[in-house]
Amino acid sequence: MNPTTTKKLLLTLLAWGIAVIVFFPIFWMVVTGFKTEVQAIAPPTLIFDPTLAGYNTVIERADYLKFALNSIVIAFGSTLLALLVAIPAAYSMAFLPTKRTRGTLLWMLSTKMLPPVGVLMPIYLLSRDLGLLDTRTGLIIIYMLMNLPIVVWMLYTFFKDVPKDILEAGRMDGARTFQEVVYLLLPLTLPGIASTGLLAVILSWNEAFWSLNLTTSDAAPLTTFIASFSSPEGLFWAKLSAASTLAIAPILIFGWMTQKQMVRGLTFGAVK
Amino acid sequence: MATLHLNNIVKDFGGTQVIKGVDLEVKDREFVVFVGPSGCGKSTLMRMIAGLESTTSGEIAIDGERVNEVGPADRGLAMVFQSYALYPHMSVEDNMGFSLRLAKVPKAERREKVLAAARILQLEPLLDRKPKALSGGQRQRVAIGRAIVRNPSIFLFDEPLSNLDAALRVQMRIELAQLHEELDATMIYVTHDQIEAMTMADKIVVLQDGVVEQIGSPMELYHHPRNRFVAGFIGSPKMNFLEVEVRGADAEGVEVALPGGDCRVPVAGDGVSAGDVVTLGIRPEHLALDEQGPLTGQIQVIERLGGVTSLYLEHGDSEWILVADGDVAHRVRDHVRFTFDPARAHLFTADGLALAHLERHPLVDIDRKENRASSASGGQR
Repeated sequence: MNPTTTKKLLLTLLAWGIAVIVFFPIFWMVVTGFKTEVQAIAPPTLIFDPTLAGYNTVIERADYLKFALNSIVIAFGSTLLALLVAIPAAYSMAFLPTKRTRGTLLWMLSTKMLPPVGVLMPIYLLSRDLGLLDTRTGLIIIYMLMNLPIVVWMLYTFFKDVPKDILEAGRMDGARTFQEVVYLLLPLTLPGIASTGLLAVILSWNEAFWSLNLTTSDAAPLTTFIASFSSPEGLFWAKLSAASTLAIAPILIFGWMTQKQMVRGLTFGAVK
Repeated sequence: MATLHLNNIVKDFGGTQVIKGVDLEVKDREFVVFVGPSGCGKSTLMRMIAGLESTTSGEIAIDGERVNEVGPADRGLAMVFQSYALYPHMSVEDNMGFSLRLAKVPKAERREKVLAAARILQLEPLLDRKPKALSGGQRQRVAIGRAIVRNPSIFLFDEPLSNLDAALRVQMRIELAQLHEELDATMIYVTHDQIEAMTMADKIVVLQDGVVEQIGSPMELYHHPRNRFVAGFIGSPKMNFLEVEVRGADAEGVEVALPGGDCRVPVAGDGVSAGDVVTLGIRPEHLALDEQGPLTGQIQVIERLGGVTSLYLEHGDSEWILVADGDVAHRVRDHVRFTFDPARAHLFTADGLALAHLERHPLVDIDRKENRASSASGGQR
């Protein structure tokens, strides 16, 4: 074997190794969901009689569909809202930059480096006083704010790749700013916008800190649903795993279906 | 009817003045070319006319109305970009009809107008294609077609041919000149290529460092450059310059000292007197090989173009370019003698301004269209 083939083989093995390590917990969770509680705490094994008991209990005890619907509404609602706010912001940053644009972008991103718990108190009190506790609207707004820096940043980089001439040609053709955005900019950056949206949906779907702290039942998404199976009576691994599987299944399928779009968007503009 | 007036236009980019007070009048149906070296501000000036750049001070008026505060969408102009700037996600037809779609023109009428423009530019078979499936020349045509469809009061062209190969550039140059006659529209054209400027313009505006150096017909710039910059910029190869001493000036012209004897250049000698140092300018094509000629030089480089031959000569520390007949037999390092007609020479004072010729060149005041008509009738005779 020549050195390049060896290197390739080693890299492939490494990649597979990492993939297995990353995927194993998810795999184990799915498997555990089909065990009984006794099997779940018994020495690990892959040979057992699969049962749906865990799932049955979980679905009996909580209204899965209500949580799922909340998750869908909140994830997509906050993403839509974030895009609506971010598109004009990214437009002005990409095409009408000032001396402070760069600084503003960095500052926005830096807010993502702070621990959310630092603002738990103020946000909780604001939500309470505005009557937004345990409402979908409340979570939609919080998630929108949470994702806004990333969404603006990503759209900004996509917009910057659009040749200025094309938009100017549109202006010469009589386009107002709104028409310029709708007829030219958005169609040209659609792959980028789609991947940005997908990322925002996934981040919102998986968010647990704010949903646990700001919702109890009415607006609770699937992350709260999982958490409700962990606490008071001790840990019941099979049920918890079943609940978790149910919670991540939709977004896993969604992500799998859109992965091509995601990858395309994330590498958009990197290679001309 | 479409006229354009620029009145003391200034553009300031963060403290740097790139356009320093430009005045210009563009008449109806005129083909005006802005020419100058890169960074001279010609594109900025055009973008200010288009409304894509704001104007720091001064006034821009289209058909007598101030448009400084009017956005590019409402100035009624059309622009062809150097990069073509076609909309990549639209077909050729949609590209050309985009302005009409924005103006809410009904679909049938839109198609009619697009087809009319496509016919002029021979784009009919390509209407369903996307820009990426077109060649450079075809994209260029679509960009021009997009401008035609808009039926603008003034066409703006920003170096539209510089991305094309040489052969296509010549072809498009001719087509653009024909298009100008056909559409009978006012056109403003930016280029750094003086051949494009000379061949297409009714009027050339020579810019340098944000200042207009001269405005005039191509022949006026060629025969009566206002200063040394214009003299050097217009014409190819470049004009030869030589510092000479003035012997005397009178009503007949200015007498200057040359290595091979004195020579009288028929220009107005106001302000120069014996002993002054001036610059003599002679175009390479106005120098002629002559065994009795007063000037000498050694050939350093020969460029044979077939029809003509450029000789790069050196004499002492002066260098000359001489355009001779294509069949000239000289070789590199030969010593040659040459001469020139003093009537075709130019004199520039120490601050670069030209001394006015006593007689105006007969072709200077003929505009391009008359020029064509007269050459056509000349051909019939």
